[in-house]
Amino acid sequence: MPDVIEDLVDREYAFGFHSDLDTDLAPKGLNDDVVRLISAKKHEPDWLLAWRLEALRHFVTLEEPTWPNVHHPPIDYQDMHYWAAPKPKGPAPKSLDDIDPEIRATFDKLGISLAEQQRLSGVAVDAILDSVSVATTFKAQLAEAGVLFCSFSEAVREHPELVRRYLGSVVGIRDNFFATLNSAVFSDGSFCFIPAGVRCPMELSTYFRMNAAQTGQFERTLIVAEEGASVSYLEGCTAPMRDENQLHAAVVELVALDDASIKYSTVQNWYPGDANGNGGIYNFVTKRGRAGARARISWTQVETGSAITWKYPSVILQGDDSVGEFYSVAVTTNHQQADTGTKMIHVGRNTSSTIVSKGISAGQAQNTYRGLVKVLRSASGARNHTRCDSLLIGSRCGAHTFPYIEVKNDTAQVEHEASTSKVSDDQLFYCRQRGLTQEDATSMIINGFCREVFDELPMEYAVEAQALMRLTLEGAVG
Amino acid sequence: MLHIDHLRIGVVGKTILDGLDLDVAAGEVHVIMGPNGAGKTTLANVLAGRDGYDVSGRVLFDGVDLLALTPEERAAAGLFLAFQHPIEIPGVGNMYFLRTAVNAVRAARGFEEISARDFLTLAKEHMARLGMDPAFLSRSVNDGFSGGEKKRNEILQMSLLEPRLAILDETDSGLDIDALRAVADGIQRLRTPDRSFLIITHHRRLLDDIRPDQVHVLSRGRVVRSGDQRLASELEAHGYGPTLAGTSA
Repeated sequence: MPDVIEDLVDREYAFGFHSDLDTDLAPKGLNDDVVRLISAKKHEPDWLLAWRLEALRHFVTLEEPTWPNVHHPPIDYQDMHYWAAPKPKGPAPKSLDDIDPEIRATFDKLGISLAEQQRLSGVAVDAILDSVSVATTFKAQLAEAGVLFCSFSEAVREHPELVRRYLGSVVGIRDNFFATLNSAVFSDGSFCFIPAGVRCPMELSTYFRMNAAQTGQFERTLIVAEEGASVSYLEGCTAPMRDENQLHAAVVELVALDDASIKYSTVQNWYPGDANGNGGIYNFVTKRGRAGARARISWTQVETGSAITWKYPSVILQGDDSVGEFYSVAVTTNHQQADTGTKMIHVGRNTSSTIVSKGISAGQAQNTYRGLVKVLRSASGARNHTRCDSLLIGSRCGAHTFPYIEVKNDTAQVEHEASTSKVSDDQLFYCRQRGLTQEDATSMIINGFCREVFDELPMEYAVEAQALMRLTLEGAVG
Repeated sequence: MLHIDHLRIGVVGKTILDGLDLDVAAGEVHVIMGPNGAGKTTLANVLAGRDGYDVSGRVLFDGVDLLALTPEERAAAGLFLAFQHPIEIPGVGNMYFLRTAVNAVRAARGFEEISARDFLTLAKEHMARLGMDPAFLSRSVNDGFSGGEKKRNEILQMSLLEPRLAILDETDSGLDIDALRAVADGIQRLRTPDRSFLIITHHRRLLDDIRPDQVHVLSRGRVVRSGDQRLASELEAHGYGPTLAGTSA
C-alpha cells in the first residue's frame, strides 16, 4: 500500500523573521558579575539582588536533570548571553507612540499591533522582546478596576512589597535546575495582581518574542488573585529562525487565594528547528499555581513549537474544595521532542483535579506525557480524573505516557484513562469521498481529536489554535 | 453515465476483479449481488478512489477517465459512496462535517457556499423525511451511533450532496423494518432521470420498493449473469449455487 503519510514535507515557520534592532548585550557567561549587571540594569533593590545571588550559588551545585525523555547535545551555560535589550534610541518611551518604530513593526508582523490592541480589542497585552517588556496596553482602564498589570521590572519598582511577598512563594529558588537558573538571571516578564473580589474586566495577555541571537530568555511571570478575584490570562510566544538552539527557561507562579479563580492559557509557537532538527528553542519551563480554599486554577496549553519542550504546569491544591485543571494539546513534528504534562498535588480536603492531555506526533517526533497525581494523607475525599490520548501520524514517531499516581488517603478517587490511535486511512478516505481534500480532512480529524482542549480556550484563541495546528501539521499527512 | 470496461483489480498479488464490464445509463438503478468475497465492496471502493489496489482497465464517468481522479475530485464530479461500515470521527460535529462536505462539493461545482443558517434549515428538512432526530447534528460524526443510525446518516449525506451516481454498499444490511423503509424511501425520493444508482445488496426486500432496472450477479471477478428484478427473487429462492454452476467456465 502506498504510504502517503510517509512523505513529510518541510513546513515553513511563519514567524521566523529577525528584526534589525540595536541590542544591548551582556557579555556571555553566567557568574556573579552578570547577575549583578542584570540587577543593576534594572535598578533593583538589594533584597532582590541577594535573592538572585543566592539562586546562583545554589545553581552551581546542581546538575542538569537527565530524567526527561528528551535528547540534546550538552548545553554550555557559559556560552550564552543572559541579558539582551533593544537599545533605546533616545529617552525611554512615555507612551505607545514613542516606541521605536522597528519594535512596533516587529509586533505588527506578529499580528500584535500594540496601538490597534489599545483601540480595538478588549485584550490587554504586555509585549516582551528579548529581555525587556516593551509596552503594556490598557493599563489605565485596568487600574480603574484596581487591577495591576505591568512588566515585572516595573512591578519591582512600583509595587515592591507585593513582589517581595509572593515572588518564589510557589516556585522557590531551590525548586529545580531551570527554575533556579531563572531565579538568578530572570530579566523581565509580566506581573498581574487582582485585588479581592474583583473580576478582571478583560482578558490579559503577554506576548513573548525572542529576537537577539545566542540569547537565552528567562522571563518570570507572577499572577496573584486575592480572595474572590478572577482573571483569564493568555501568553503567546514566537522566535526567529536560527541555526543554533536558544534556551528559554521561564518561571510562572500563580497564587489564587481563597475563592479566587485563575485561568492561564498558553499558545506556544517558538521556532521548532528545521526539518532536519537543526536549531529551535529549548523550552524548559516551570509553571505552578497554589490554590486556596474553594479556589480554581486552570491551565490550558497548546504547544506546537520549540525543538524541545519540558514543562509541567502544576497545581498545589492547598485549600479545601479547591479545583485544579490541566488541558493540553502538544504537537510534535519533524525532530521535535516534548516531555510535558502536569502535577496535581492534593493537600486540602475534597479537592478535585482534571487532566486532559492530547499528544500528537508526526515525522520522527517524540511526544511524552508525564503526569503526577499526588494525594496527601490530609486530602480526604480528593478526586482526580485523568485522560491521556495520543495520536500518531506516520510510522516513525513515538508517543509515551508516564503517569505517576501516589495516594496516601484511602478516601481518594483517582481515575486514569489512556488511548493511542492513528489518523486512520479509513477516516481520511471517508472525508475525501465526501469531497474534502486530504489536508482539510487531516485538519478536521486532528481538530476533532483536540476539541475538548480547544473548547477551554478563549474564543478568539481557539480559532487561532486551530489555524496554528493546521500550519504546524501542513504536509505531515499527504 | 458509468462505463466500466474490462476492469481488473488485484490486491497483494491476488486477483479480485478479473475483467468486469458494466454500463449504467443516466437515471438507471443497477443492483449487484453475489456471494461473500466476490469483490462487491472492492468494486465500490475502487470506483470511489480508495488506494491500495492494483487497478487496470477503463472506467468512464460522464466520459471522464474516473481512475485518474482523486477521491475528492470524484466526489465533486458527483460520485457518492454510502459506506458499508460508516467511519466514526470523534470530536467532529456532524453538522460541521456535513456542511463542510456540501460546501467543498459546491465550490468544486462552481456554486457559492451555503451559510450555516441555510444549511441548518436544509439539513433539518432532510432529517425529518428520514425520521432522524435533529440532535444528530450536534453529535460527533457516526460516533456512538447505532448501526441503523449510521446508515440513515449515510442516506442523509447522499441526499444533501445530490450526487450523479450513488453507490450504496450494503446500506440495507442489519436494518430493522423501519430503518429499511426510511432508507428505501430516501433512495426513491432521490431518483431523477439523470441520477443513477449502483446498489450492492444481499437482500431482495429493498428491491421490492426500488424496482431496479437491472440486477447483476458478480462472481469470480466478473458479472456472470444479468437480468431484471426477477433474478433477485430467483437467487433468494435457490441461492447462488445453480446460477454459478450454470455459468462456470
